[in-house]
Amino acid sequence: MSKRRAGGPYFTNSPTVIVMVGLPARGKTYISKKLTRYLNWTGVPTKVFNVGEYRREAVKQYSSYDFFRPDNQEAMKIRKQCALSALTDVKSYLLEEGGQVAVFDATNTTRDRREMILNFGKENGFKVFFIESVCEDPNVVATNIMEVKVSCPDYKDCNKTDAMEDFLKRIECYRASYQPLDPDNYDRDISFIKVIDVGRRFLVNRIQDYIQSKIVYYLMNIHVQPRTIYLCRHGESEHNVLGQIGGDSGLSSRGKKFSGALSRFMEEQNLKNLKVWTSQLKRTIQTAETLSMPYEQWKALNEIDAGICEEMTYEQIKERYPEEFALRDQDKYYYRYPTGESYQDLVQRLEPVIMELERQENVLVICHQAVMRCLLAYFLDKSADEMPYLKCPLHTVLKLTPVAYGCKVESIYLNVEAVNTHRERPEQDVKRGPSTLMRRNSVTPLASPEPTKKPRIKSLDDHMASTSTSLSGFAASDISTAGQPLLGKACLT
Amino acid sequence: MAASPRELTQNPLKKIWMPCKNGHPERHISQRRVCMTNCPTLIVTVGLPARGKTYISKKLTRYLNWIGVPTKEFNVGQYRRRCVKIYKSFEFFSPDNEEGLKIRKQCASTALNDVQQYLSSEGGQVAVFDATNTTRERRNVIIKFADQNGYKVFFVESICEDPDVINANIVQVKLGSPDYADCNTDEAVEDFMKRIKCYENSYETLDEVLDKDLSYIKVMDVGQRYLVNRVMDHIQSRIVYYLMNIHITPRSIYLCRHGESDLNIKGKIGGDSGLSERGKKFARHLGDFIHEQNIKDLKVWTSQMKRTIQTAEALGVPYEQWKALNEIDAGVCEEMSYEEIQEHYPLEFALRDQDKYRYRYPKGESYEDLVQRLEPVIMELERQENVLVICHQAVMRCLLAYFLDKSAEELPYLKCPLHTVLKLTPVAYGCKVESISLKVEAVNTHRERPENVTVNRSREEALQTVPSHL
Repeated sequence: MSKRRAGGPYFTNSPTVIVMVGLPARGKTYISKKLTRYLNWTGVPTKVFNVGEYRREAVKQYSSYDFFRPDNQEAMKIRKQCALSALTDVKSYLLEEGGQVAVFDATNTTRDRREMILNFGKENGFKVFFIESVCEDPNVVATNIMEVKVSCPDYKDCNKTDAMEDFLKRIECYRASYQPLDPDNYDRDISFIKVIDVGRRFLVNRIQDYIQSKIVYYLMNIHVQPRTIYLCRHGESEHNVLGQIGGDSGLSSRGKKFSGALSRFMEEQNLKNLKVWTSQLKRTIQTAETLSMPYEQWKALNEIDAGICEEMTYEQIKERYPEEFALRDQDKYYYRYPTGESYQDLVQRLEPVIMELERQENVLVICHQAVMRCLLAYFLDKSADEMPYLKCPLHTVLKLTPVAYGCKVESIYLNVEAVNTHRERPEQDVKRGPSTLMRRNSVTPLASPEPTKKPRIKSLDDHMASTSTSLSGFAASDISTAGQPLLGKACLT
Repeated sequence: MAASPRELTQNPLKKIWMPCKNGHPERHISQRRVCMTNCPTLIVTVGLPARGKTYISKKLTRYLNWIGVPTKEFNVGQYRRRCVKIYKSFEFFSPDNEEGLKIRKQCASTALNDVQQYLSSEGGQVAVFDATNTTRERRNVIIKFADQNGYKVFFVESICEDPDVINANIVQVKLGSPDYADCNTDEAVEDFMKRIKCYENSYETLDEVLDKDLSYIKVMDVGQRYLVNRVMDHIQSRIVYYLMNIHITPRSIYLCRHGESDLNIKGKIGGDSGLSERGKKFARHLGDFIHEQNIKDLKVWTSQMKRTIQTAEALGVPYEQWKALNEIDAGVCEEMSYEEIQEHYPLEFALRDQDKYRYRYPKGESYEDLVQRLEPVIMELERQENVLVICHQAVMRCLLAYFLDKSAEELPYLKCPLHTVLKLTPVAYGCKVESISLKVEAVNTHRERPENVTVNRSREEALQTVPSHL
């Protein structure tokens, strides 16, 4: 039964194997890693299987490009073995380890190799989607080689020039046997996207489903232009000072001081074009106002909605709703405030922001603690488990610069004091995950102040037990409305 | 550089914080809009007749308007019909019909003038120039026109050689066109095929080399394949994504609300109550209805609120829960009746009547927010085939407005009564809608706009149109 998945469309049962195609230094691994990071962030369990890494395991010491010569039979055997080994791990990941998408990162430049993978997919009930990167701009290729190849383990004992020379010869080894995807004839029935000249042009063939459509959309929005993303929170707010969460208060005097410091800092950065984004809550807008630059307000950047706990302090929440408070600490990522949101909901809400951030160049995002944690988790590839505990203190700017396969992050404290709003993960030993926590979108929180609990309708219970996944450790209370059957179990997050 | 920050004031209707001077809001920043560029966009269709250009134009226009981008289509064929009152035959389109060529060129010119009017003077953001535009010469004229006016150009070319698809198109939309009002089917088809032939010889498809600097998408074989070149900005990226998700496979979308809820009976809005007895009865009837309809591979979607889930449970089929389908958040007014809102927040109540689409409840949402929230739902509905969406009044109004191309003004007043299923079936350029009442009584929750929407109106005037309840 497809009731589980929270908030978004249910992915088809078929896992997907994404297969990279292209000559070396065409950005395959860059795309693989970035795509994997994006899919994981949106909640789709994804993993990269880089055949080059399997090869480095098998052949401890790389000698030269001769290894990749098409007439090197010994090496060809090893390379094929590595590919098969990687596919075995793909199978295990998708069938036994809960993976939904596996990215098979290798050159896969021959029809034979791709045929083998298609058969592998068919045998195991996996959908196959190819991503081919085609680029003949020598500048782009050379830049790639310098950014990620000369420093790779293969070339650890070489100087840069030698490494570059060897790598170029390596590419030539593949060129003669390279059979690009042919949409007009040979490959017209397979699903793929051809990325040409670093995204100038795309050819998309036979998208089968939702996930392939999202992947195509994502690939069309990313770029490789150097740029910087600045993330920070609003200046300290009046609620912050009082320890109250949520709400829509204005800046404290220290918060206003921070705004001035932020303005000076951004000026010093001397950026030619900078976009400034805020939420629609007063405190971020007040912060942006000091910059004297145009800014855009995004409702999607509003702080997490704490529902019935809005504007309370943690002490008050603990006192009034102790069960809710405990539940949140148990599983902060999936926990949804009654009539409010969870971090998981936030991720869904922020996805268009991330997509637009990918399209843009220099951007300063002035947002909020939970929101900033979500965005940061995307850029730094942090798991759902880590995300709600990332440190995003007030009055500190995080400067993110894409580099090689990841993101460099610099933390700049602007020297204006502020309260600390970070709550550490409490010591605990509980199983986490979406099914251990149920949240109904109820007005009534878990520990209702009502002294007596109303009996549940037995028949509904039996019905629920037979149709929903079992839940451990959940104690549902009844809704205060008289005669109302409890439907907590049906409302799975 | 850091001037002392301006004071902020919150717009009472939309609850947007804006800088103000002397108590008056200043128009300095803007709320995030879909199209942040000041540059309007001119979408230009390209393709032989009967390739779905007008279908794409209309659908894209409907989508863009719904997400808040003012868009209008300009169909050159219509200009031609206004100019040449009576269509005689395909010969009008013959490449050596000088008179015909002159008229057609003139019509294109007139249409471009109207485009300019719309984009530069009437606040339009996107114009869709719907014509064959099959020669490079014609396209260059358009590009020059766009350059002069500071518009971005994006081409959408539709290529299809499948004779079944072409025939189906002709039957669906050409036979009923004013051009063939006095012809029988066979004559019309024959003439139209000859019309297509007139264009074929001079057809210059968008070329990988010659047109490498243009921004375009080539849609091939009704979406089997796409070629995308040089997407320049956000709106073009959204257009490409949309075009890649739509399809023309026949299917039906069923929209309905949850069964009557306990709060409905009390005349209260929002909340998360369960179904009343009548609501449960509706759920059972809905289950029967679905089984009778015998719909192939039906997907069922609900919100994450109890009342829609309870309704779906009665169907006995798998369903998916979408938080995005939750009812509009009424913020501080949650679980109040209209009488209570009038009592506690009379100003808010009046503002809402003044502009129901843009009005945002304090700490809540507006219809405008809802549309943004529902966009991924619409996108997925476009991808899917047969779907039943069990949702809520405001949500259903938004979805319906998308399918039936209703404006922001009409949207919040669309009638979506309880216990009624709307069956939407795409047909020709639009959507056929059938309303099926499942014969279970329920309260009326539809409140019309009252006559007096001023903030100093009386309680009676405010509550004039509130439907009766317990």
